[in-house]
Amino acid sequence: MVESKHKWKAWLYLAPAIVLLLIFTVWPIFNTVHVAFQEGYNELSLIGGESTKYGFGNFVDVVKYPGFVTALKNTLLLCVLTVPISTILALVIAVCLNSIKPLSRFLQTIYFLPYVTNSIAIGMVFAAMFNIVGSNIGGEAELITTSGIINNVIEFFGGEPVNWINSGSSYWANITVMVVYIVWNALPFKILILLGGLQSVNKQYYDAAKVDGTSRFRVFTKITVPLLSPMLAYVVITGFIGGFKEYSSIVGIFGDDMGHSGNREMDTMVGYIQDNIDRWQGRASAAALILFGIIFIVTMINLYVSKKKTHY
Amino acid sequence: MKIVLQNLTKIFPGRNKKIKEEVVAVSDFTFEIPDGKLVGLLGPSGCGKSTTLYMISGLQKPTGGKIFFGDDDVTRLSAENRGVGLVFQNYALYPHMTVKQNILFPLQNLKGKDKLKKEVMIERAYTAAKLVQIDNLMDRKPSELSGGQQQRVAIARALVKMPKVLLLDEPLSNLDARLRLQTREEIRRIQKETGITTIFVTHDQEEAMSISDLIVVMKLGVVQQVGAPQEVYDNPTNLFVAKFLGTPPINVFEGKVEGEKLYIGDAAVLDVPGVSDQPVTVGIRPEGFEIDPNGPFVCNLQNVEIMGRDVSVVSTNEASLNPVIRSIVNSDNKIEMGETVTFSLKSHKVFLFSKEDESRIYF
Repeated sequence: MVESKHKWKAWLYLAPAIVLLLIFTVWPIFNTVHVAFQEGYNELSLIGGESTKYGFGNFVDVVKYPGFVTALKNTLLLCVLTVPISTILALVIAVCLNSIKPLSRFLQTIYFLPYVTNSIAIGMVFAAMFNIVGSNIGGEAELITTSGIINNVIEFFGGEPVNWINSGSSYWANITVMVVYIVWNALPFKILILLGGLQSVNKQYYDAAKVDGTSRFRVFTKITVPLLSPMLAYVVITGFIGGFKEYSSIVGIFGDDMGHSGNREMDTMVGYIQDNIDRWQGRASAAALILFGIIFIVTMINLYVSKKKTHY
Repeated sequence: MKIVLQNLTKIFPGRNKKIKEEVVAVSDFTFEIPDGKLVGLLGPSGCGKSTTLYMISGLQKPTGGKIFFGDDDVTRLSAENRGVGLVFQNYALYPHMTVKQNILFPLQNLKGKDKLKKEVMIERAYTAAKLVQIDNLMDRKPSELSGGQQQRVAIARALVKMPKVLLLDEPLSNLDARLRLQTREEIRRIQKETGITTIFVTHDQEEAMSISDLIVVMKLGVVQQVGAPQEVYDNPTNLFVAKFLGTPPINVFEGKVEGEKLYIGDAAVLDVPGVSDQPVTVGIRPEGFEIDPNGPFVCNLQNVEIMGRDVSVVSTNEASLNPVIRSIVNSDNKIEMGETVTFSLKSHKVFLFSKEDESRIYF
């Protein structure tokens, strides 16, 4: 330990980080709690305008507001769909990548690309891929002419093109696009973690299984998955946390109107907070606290389950 | 089941791509392991003994040569289909499974007509566990077991599928000295009880000598000598084998043969009929010395260590290639603590080796 004489030196070295954390992390957290419980909070109260009373009013407003319910529903739906899909896909890809010897460096770069690419940029590319042009132009039975690559592929195989994201598209088509996008975007990080886990598994377990004549499937389910369970738990927990904070991906595809119709039908929790932050800081803060509560509870459940299920 | 190795060779490609330097791990190994025997593959690290074992298990593919189990050529058969039991040096117990699950695992892999009923599997797991005396630990995880217990679980897991061949890679190297003694007796007992042809790898000559029916001494991928432990000890074919076997190790001297007499330094220490005049390397087992005041071999006495039944006499001689000469004599001998000690030699404990290729010169 540092001798007490030199303690001030330690604090000095820590000071820049502490100051920045206090200003940009700790203070906003306290302020959020403070604002969330101030009913009728507005910018005027900052400069000594009308005084506001403390209470749960903001929370009541938030929960009553139908847009918030939509946002909550969308967020939960995206979480529940994308976390399992991306985790399972990442596991399969990681296991495959781990068994490929040639080009492994090259492949590692390729699969990591989505992670280092701006999510708005990816969103725009996805929007272009799923786009259609000329839907319902001129009314009634006008044929849909597609330009998006996805619909081109569907048509190539003789399918009907789908209105994925444009005006008039269905909710589930929108959700499908979002799931594809989020899963794709979430894969690199998960693959990285799982691949790291796989590479640290003692090869002798596989040799032992081989000598005992274990089928590939059994090796995967009985040895690989249990030995990876700590990493799987980590990936699932961070996946849920990330999923609840989903926002920029939707902006990337639907723009900051959070939907094609202008009704914010694809809104998420963070989207709702962003939408309210300019005029209804109280509601935004209350929604942020609700989101925090949900993430906290889900993470606790995750930790509890993973403690029971993961090994050593 | 007997195992036949025919010209077995394993060559690893060099790690450095620029210099094509191949590593010959095992070179032209031909050997027949009789049914039901316990065979020790013995040699210093890097001599190819583990590689040989892994080739027999099927985890490594030989570069050349053939492997037969009984009359079946299994060279091209993968590890899954050979049905060998293999105990790894670090045991490789699955850390997330209990002892019971670990032992059951090979049985649960069986498919089709070999598939067993659940009760049969459990019964067999318990039989195997009883054999290695761990049937009271079945619900523990490997991390809750001592090294010796883990070792037993690994053996039980290898035995439970009733393999025709049991392979053990350095089975005792991770155990402490006392447990090692105990476990090696255990391995001997289990092998006797099951009658499974067993091959184990070790670098500890004492371990190999004490429990094997046959030992194979290897050096740099080449088999040096095969035989019963005592036979190899009493009749080493070259200097390497003579040096490798025996504790304390054999004493080595510079010497020469002149007129059918062996000279160490200036002293003619032994008659060696039929050996032509030449410089030689002389190996004398510690028990090959006898205290004899009228003996021909005079050494400078350094120390006498009393070990109960025996006395270890430590002395030096200019011709010795080891720093000291260790001889073990019966404690009935009275040893005068003087400047020198005088020995006569037992001729069957003295070996002559060629200066050129270290091969044995018989007399």
